[in-house]
Amino acid sequence: MTLTDEPTTAETPVKEVGNARLRKEDARLITGKTSWTDNMVLPGMLHMAFLRSPVAHGTISHLDVSAAKDRPNVVAVFTGQDFKDEQGSIPCAWPVTPDMVNPGHPSIAVDTVNHVGEAVAIVVARTRTAAVDAVEAIDVDYETLPVVLDMEQAVEDGADLVHASTSSNTSYHFVFDAGEAGTGTDTDAAFADAEVTVSRRFVQQRLIPAFMEPRSAVVGVQGDNYTLWSATQIPHILRVMGALTTGIPEHKLRVVAPDVGGGFGGKLQVCPEEILALLVARRLGKPVKWTETRSESLMTAHHGRDQVQFIDVAAKKDGTVTGLRVRLLADMGAYLRLITPGVPALGAFMFPGIYKFPAYRFECDGVFTNKVPTDAYRGAGRPEATFAIERIMDELAVELAMDPMELRRKNWINAEEFPFTTVAGLQYDSGDYEQATQAALELLGYDELRAEQKQRRESNDPVQLGIGISTFTEMCGLAPSRVLGSLSFGAGGWEQASIRMLPTGKVEVVTGSTPHGQGHETAWSQIVADELGVPFDDVEVLHGDTAISSRGLDTYGSRSLVVGGTAVVKAAEKVVAKARKIAAHLLEASEDDLEFSGGKFSVKGTPGAGLGIQEIALAIFAAHDYPEGIEPSIDAEAAFDPVNFSFPHGTHLCAMEVDTETGFVKIRKYACVDDIGNIVNPIIVEGQMHGGLAQGISQALYEEAIYDADGNLTTGTFVDYLVPSAADLPTFHTGNTTHAATSNPLGAKGVGEAGCIASTPAVVNAALDAVRHLGVSDILMPLTPERVWRAIHQGGDGGARVAEGSNAYGGATTTETGYEEAK
Amino acid sequence: MIPAAFAYARPTTVDEALQAIAAGGEDVKIMAGGQSLIPVMRLRLAAPETVVDLTKVAELRGVREDGDSLVIGAMTTHSDILRDPLIAQYGKLIAEATETVADPAVRHRGTFGGALAHADPAGDLPAVALALDAEFVIAGPGGARRSVPAAAFFVDYLTTALEDGELLVEIRVPKLGEGWGVRYEKFNRVAQAWSIVAVAATVRREGSTIAEARIGLTNMGSTPLRATAVEQALVGADVSLETVTAAAAQAAEGTEPSSDLNAQADYRQHLARVLTGRAVRAAAGL
Repeated sequence: MTLTDEPTTAETPVKEVGNARLRKEDARLITGKTSWTDNMVLPGMLHMAFLRSPVAHGTISHLDVSAAKDRPNVVAVFTGQDFKDEQGSIPCAWPVTPDMVNPGHPSIAVDTVNHVGEAVAIVVARTRTAAVDAVEAIDVDYETLPVVLDMEQAVEDGADLVHASTSSNTSYHFVFDAGEAGTGTDTDAAFADAEVTVSRRFVQQRLIPAFMEPRSAVVGVQGDNYTLWSATQIPHILRVMGALTTGIPEHKLRVVAPDVGGGFGGKLQVCPEEILALLVARRLGKPVKWTETRSESLMTAHHGRDQVQFIDVAAKKDGTVTGLRVRLLADMGAYLRLITPGVPALGAFMFPGIYKFPAYRFECDGVFTNKVPTDAYRGAGRPEATFAIERIMDELAVELAMDPMELRRKNWINAEEFPFTTVAGLQYDSGDYEQATQAALELLGYDELRAEQKQRRESNDPVQLGIGISTFTEMCGLAPSRVLGSLSFGAGGWEQASIRMLPTGKVEVVTGSTPHGQGHETAWSQIVADELGVPFDDVEVLHGDTAISSRGLDTYGSRSLVVGGTAVVKAAEKVVAKARKIAAHLLEASEDDLEFSGGKFSVKGTPGAGLGIQEIALAIFAAHDYPEGIEPSIDAEAAFDPVNFSFPHGTHLCAMEVDTETGFVKIRKYACVDDIGNIVNPIIVEGQMHGGLAQGISQALYEEAIYDADGNLTTGTFVDYLVPSAADLPTFHTGNTTHAATSNPLGAKGVGEAGCIASTPAVVNAALDAVRHLGVSDILMPLTPERVWRAIHQGGDGGARVAEGSNAYGGATTTETGYEEAK
Repeated sequence: MIPAAFAYARPTTVDEALQAIAAGGEDVKIMAGGQSLIPVMRLRLAAPETVVDLTKVAELRGVREDGDSLVIGAMTTHSDILRDPLIAQYGKLIAEATETVADPAVRHRGTFGGALAHADPAGDLPAVALALDAEFVIAGPGGARRSVPAAAFFVDYLTTALEDGELLVEIRVPKLGEGWGVRYEKFNRVAQAWSIVAVAATVRREGSTIAEARIGLTNMGSTPLRATAVEQALVGADVSLETVTAAAAQAAEGTEPSSDLNAQADYRQHLARVLTGRAVRAAAGL
């Protein structure tokens, strides 16, 4: 331990924040040379495979597993009867109303099945193959019950019931009324006085999150201690909920999310299979593994979206909006999972978008159907809201014969009006919609494309051109804990970080915000490098293991940087404060006379002498010489609870070519300018934007989970559940404006969901803009060529698609073993 | 996604392959590139007793000339096809269609003969083979060979004239060189997807008239189809937008396409007409 006397230079240290660093975690993630859950092998580990229901609604009339038990290498076969007294219910953490009906969600069906794919029996075998083979030997019969699939029929009087224990298929009726809340005026009066009203019914089709890495769970047993490795977004929440559900005491349960290959909200869940893996491991006292097949994933992992939206807007003839009324039917599926009911309720606050509605009323019915439950999916409530408001603004513009951008401009919050409290009660902190819009118009080449559109119309070109607009905002940085409490959410929204200064000066950052592909290790390293003045490569970021990161609330809702990154900043500030005392002692100076810059404490006015924080780490490890009355450590931890959400915004513009002869739609050009506050790493931001845009565009053009009349998932493989590749997507022209968030010291707003939320309405608006002169006013998503062609040539919205899979793979559909030949 | 257990043979010659097929029991599946068979086995739609893997049968791979014909070995991969100079010269329609098959990974393993023997009406190559009046050379038990014309090869959905114990050895197609224009007009929603409908067209012009026209339809029925009415209307006609459009209007005659989530039958028939017009216009140089 020596003090160094290095010559100081006048150079400002290079800032890591803002630097376009390549992601340090990518090499291992991309090559797969890492610890995915399915790579885990424990001594004596057994494998689980599920028999899943081929019927959407029925009672289990006969279930004989004896033949399966006799199959080679089978260790045990369990049914719902074996676990009915200990499986509890999959938790629902968001009872959005006090009288919400939750019929309970068994992890494995006991007497009745309520959706295709529900687990009915579990085979545990010494190999995965043996387990899968033995599933076929199970003898099962069902007495079918009427299947409830259509929400609008499900809420009618006398409708067949999903759950016999309930009096209707409505789980809850959630209302937000700005007049009653005191954040706006009376909505009925606004509509009674309206000069113009426009009403539309929009459909948010059901989507499948389709993360790359399938779900996987491994349970290790050490006496009465259990370790659950899972491909989850939420190891911390899973630990609490897993303990409460299974009765394993929380301190006897460790949860590890190793590297996780994507989630998009689809792994923001306490999965039935995770609970069952714990129950089976406890019952047998042996380690077990379960990894889903892609078919199981599409059929049984929770889905997203699935709303019917009735939207009314009131306005003056000059375009000034005067009221907004939203009524939703939101498909819960058969059960309530972790935040199933909360997703549409969260959206309630985003329907007013960036516009100054004086009056607003939102009502939502959560409806049970015999389908797999819905839950969080990238954006969770906000894409649905953004779609509705951005679509209805175009419809209002058509009604008023106004330019759609002019209508928006007339009604949006002006830059000088921030902070602005919306009719939904949110306080938007910063932004400039006009600035982002101007930049986006230039990026697109708006005027040239409008000229080309006019020319194509006049020449009656078979390929028509349209331009779609989406000027959006979203609420991110989930979330202020008090606000979550007021919304009856079962947890807070804070985040935790700790920093460990190792003797060699290296730094370990422990984050509670568990990544599943977002690049936390890189971004957190950049933040800490700046805060502590240490080299980027000297920082290691640890995450995902509740034994290492004991407190955390994980990753969703564009919260990681905004909340988790801020916790890292706060922890670093504490490290510096603790190190300052030691530096003062070693430099024989007053703390007040020390300045900290570039990782070094020095005495003001005495350039040259100084002490690096990495040296202090060694000094305090040795602890031979430090001030009395303090602990021999400069490690620190911090929790951060935001006081407000953050509000990214942006203007997205899509130019769309529509082949009127075939109905094929092709994005000609896509430009967007987003304000996501301060940027830590531009490459990560660009990647998040591209991925988000792909997913949002995909909702508009490609993806739809379709069930047939019996409740079978028609889109049970990637042949029929269509996900685009890079070959199908245009070059993205992206840009940023920067208005720092005021709710966190990083000034960050969050970027994980922006592209996904903003793009869908821009794409649909563009297609409609191309063919509206042909009499088309709406087309259902996804805009399949057939729907577009029918809307152009036969009127209507394109209609429902045939619930029949394509003939690839012999037209496979779901059955108890996964598949059967349909033809 | 785990296949049921099966026996596996990997012969190195056609004779060995025929013996393996004969010895394989009741339910033998011949695997070429495995790009269709392995998925259906993983989904347990197929659970063959024996899989005979042809990937090591070198004599089945490659393209050669034989007089006015191109002879394509059944195990020639799609990527082989796309790199082959004879195909580039005389088999442009095959090349154009092959380029649209799935993605590079699939084209690297998938084979010309495998795609034809699988006979998926949504596959791209059956309609091409039909349009070209390809001859299918089939080896039977003991090595005897027979030849089946394309018109008789595609029997039904995923069903061909191949009998139990037989093996598709090679495919003979006429050389179409100078004077022939081609177009494979494929319609699908994303790049790697099967055709919703596709049209394979090749046209030979003599001056300003169409001397010959061959048109195959992908996914317009349980087998690939020839658009015979369109061909007849085109032969001897002037090369003009009007004649081509009028001829293409007959493209859906005699078709019975399926209805599925991508397209109902009436829309498929509409697409066949539009795409045939586009394919013929391109092939005729309009």
